[in-house]
Amino acid sequence: MILFLEQFLNGLQFALLLFLLAAGLTLIFGIMDFVNLAHGSLYMVGAYFAATFTRWLNSFVLGVLLALPAALLLGVVLEMLVIRRLYSREHLDHVLATFGLILFFNEAARLVWGAAGLTLPLPSFLSVFLEVLPGVPYPAYRLTIIGVGLLVAGVLYYLVQHTRIGMLIRAGAANREMVGALGVNINRLYTIVFGVGACLAALAGVMAAPILTVQIGMGENILILAFVVIVIGGIGSVRGAFAASIIVGVTDTVGRAYLPEILRLILSPTGASTAAPALSAMFIYLLMASFLVVRPEGLFPAPGGRK
Amino acid sequence: MTDPLIDVRDLEKSFGGITATDHVSLALRRGEIHAVIGPNGAGKTTLINQLSGELRPDSGSILLAGSDITHHRVAARARAGLARSFQITSIFLDFTVLDNVALAVQATLPHSFRFWRDVRKDERLRGPARAVLQRLGLAGRGDTPAAELSHGEQRQLELAMALATNPRVLLLDEPMAGMGPEESRQIIALLGSLKTDYAILLVEHDMSAVFALADLITVLVEGRVLACGPAEEIRANEEVKRAYLGEEELSPVRKAGNGHH
Amino acid sequence: MFLLTLFTRIVILAIAAVSLNFILGYGGMISLGHAVYLGIGGYTVGILAHHGINSGFVQWPIALGLSALFALVTGALSLRTRGVYFLMITLSFAQMVYFLTVGLDKYGGDDGLTIYKRSTFAGLVDLSDKVAFYYVCFAILLACVLIVWRMSQSHFGVVIRAAKSNDRRMQALGISTYRYRLAAYVIAGTMCGLAGVLLANHTDFINPEMLSWTRSGDLIIMVLLGGLGTVIGPVGGTVAYLVLEEALSGITEHWQIVLGPFLVLMALYRRGGIAGLLSWSRRD
Repeated sequence: MILFLEQFLNGLQFALLLFLLAAGLTLIFGIMDFVNLAHGSLYMVGAYFAATFTRWLNSFVLGVLLALPAALLLGVVLEMLVIRRLYSREHLDHVLATFGLILFFNEAARLVWGAAGLTLPLPSFLSVFLEVLPGVPYPAYRLTIIGVGLLVAGVLYYLVQHTRIGMLIRAGAANREMVGALGVNINRLYTIVFGVGACLAALAGVMAAPILTVQIGMGENILILAFVVIVIGGIGSVRGAFAASIIVGVTDTVGRAYLPEILRLILSPTGASTAAPALSAMFIYLLMASFLVVRPEGLFPAPGGRK
Repeated sequence: MTDPLIDVRDLEKSFGGITATDHVSLALRRGEIHAVIGPNGAGKTTLINQLSGELRPDSGSILLAGSDITHHRVAARARAGLARSFQITSIFLDFTVLDNVALAVQATLPHSFRFWRDVRKDERLRGPARAVLQRLGLAGRGDTPAAELSHGEQRQLELAMALATNPRVLLLDEPMAGMGPEESRQIIALLGSLKTDYAILLVEHDMSAVFALADLITVLVEGRVLACGPAEEIRANEEVKRAYLGEEELSPVRKAGNGHH
Repeated sequence: MFLLTLFTRIVILAIAAVSLNFILGYGGMISLGHAVYLGIGGYTVGILAHHGINSGFVQWPIALGLSALFALVTGALSLRTRGVYFLMITLSFAQMVYFLTVGLDKYGGDDGLTIYKRSTFAGLVDLSDKVAFYYVCFAILLACVLIVWRMSQSHFGVVIRAAKSNDRRMQALGISTYRYRLAAYVIAGTMCGLAGVLLANHTDFINPEMLSWTRSGDLIIMVLLGGLGTVIGPVGGTVAYLVLEEALSGITEHWQIVLGPFLVLMALYRRGGIAGLLSWSRRD
């Protein structure tokens, strides 16, 4: 039971990292209709910045706080230089361009930081364990991630549902031309949305850095999972991204932890040990496939129908 | 009175708080042109979309030759003989005019799982396609890419494709929108000649066309049927005049060129 | 000879590109997971060879059958969606199989599996003879190009192309485009599976890299470089891409830092790729 709670919390933590990535991605898809494969690169850059700045400034907190605006700046520059020119093009051009960006960022990171990857050790005040329940110690840092993730989710929810910008975002997801006709500065709105997305991705990277190794290509692995989240949640819906992240994150983590045991019950020991790693990794995609049979448009499809 | 080919019963459709179709009933019979008129926003296109299958009504039923097609999809209805032309031209811009119409004819084949022979050499398709183009006055434009047609010609192509599928029912959504006077006159003549073979629903703003062609007129206002009856009756109906038409517009003496609003 | 190896590789990947172009260029179905079929074809050959089954008469039909089956099942699901969704779903299915291959320690997992003996055909042709192998691959490429050409101008092809141009109209005419798209997807998947079979034989090696998302991305680039919706285009695109890759990697090991921006520029200024450039100059 204790193990299950631990796995569940791990899953929740992973889910919230996924959410940070998926939220930005779904907004960018939903409002600008832009296929951003390079979103994972922003995640990676956030992690690398955090690791580097922490080392330079010899302070975890300062390093993290500096990494975020740096990544935001990068995101905004990227949007103004490249991304902006692609909005009017078709999806294929988005795929091509952002694929090129991935190659560029990965190789640039290799040049700057080397191929080996970095680590970001946790400061002592975050390396402690907290008792979530009596007798159940859990890493404080992971709780921090959960906390920050939920906070950001709350802020985003408030922003999208109760502010003017949020209304524009919701309107834009449903009907882009109308928002333009309302006299809103579309360019600035798009830059803001992209910037927010970049910031969220970088934040996820920053927070993930101490737990995973900071390495080339770390972005793409989590990005593809973020895609699954968006497919299940519905494009353009932050609510959907949240719900789906929880589902995907928890299921994936818990599944990987318990599937080998379940398989051992059904199959022979050799069969289970062969199949377990493969099936655990595949499990979440099988889940997505099953979900699609029932509801191809996602949990919270955009009103008016997305193409 | 023959049985209706299309029998629409008590159709209802709402979007959020707005009722776009409010208990609408009407009937289309072979040999008749049934016009649907009404101010902008009255729900005419929504109605056509429900008849063609692009929208599912909230309640009510649609019968084609007696069988219930309310829950049938677009393609199934088209194969059952329901053809539709769109208000905003919806053709295959990357293909030539003849290719467009030939494809419409191809749609009547049981299937298109033929992988080897050149479709452009299939006379079973090209022949009837050319005949339809001839009927619409587009005979010389067969090899022109559809994207290069004038607006009026594209509207004609739109109509040609609906005809080429050899339907029983024609749902025409403002076929003459944006056409010049000469082209409009041709289409009016064409539709008049087509009447005997099809049941035609005509949504139009061009009142001279409506009164020249329609056997029955349904007036739609805010999703409701305000009145339904023969053209003369509608023209004389006070309520209709008040709700929709200015008195002078009901005058039968009207040059075709001024029929656009 | 180095050149022969390069040409064989080009021909094999051109087959994959031709298959992708049929659904992407003609059909408008942007699949970001097409390389999965390279993997399915290759891994079938590799796994069967590992178990001592070397006969091409057994391996190849099974490989093609599995490719077709996978395409049928995943296509049936994926094609219920469009655009961005379709893109992501095809990628996800490919990733699923990718993780499967990584997890299969028995067959090499991440490190891959060597194939000690190429597919045999009861003496009809010796695939370990590099020249003979090249001719076989080339012949298959020609056959695939011919098939795609005939298909593109057939009843079937016209439906696929028109569905890309205006799907709403197709439905209104009475053509249920779903089944035709699915058929096209299965054909393309099977053809790419064949390319995978050839690739495994060519490299005498299989590993999960064959079906990574980067490989799928490469295929899309090759198709785009060559110009969408032309039969020969993808062949030209494959030649261009692989030659460029060879040339650049000869200059610097960090060649991707040049390729990346090049692709960005291509996206910004693309006018139909190589085939487009050719017809452009013809118009002048």
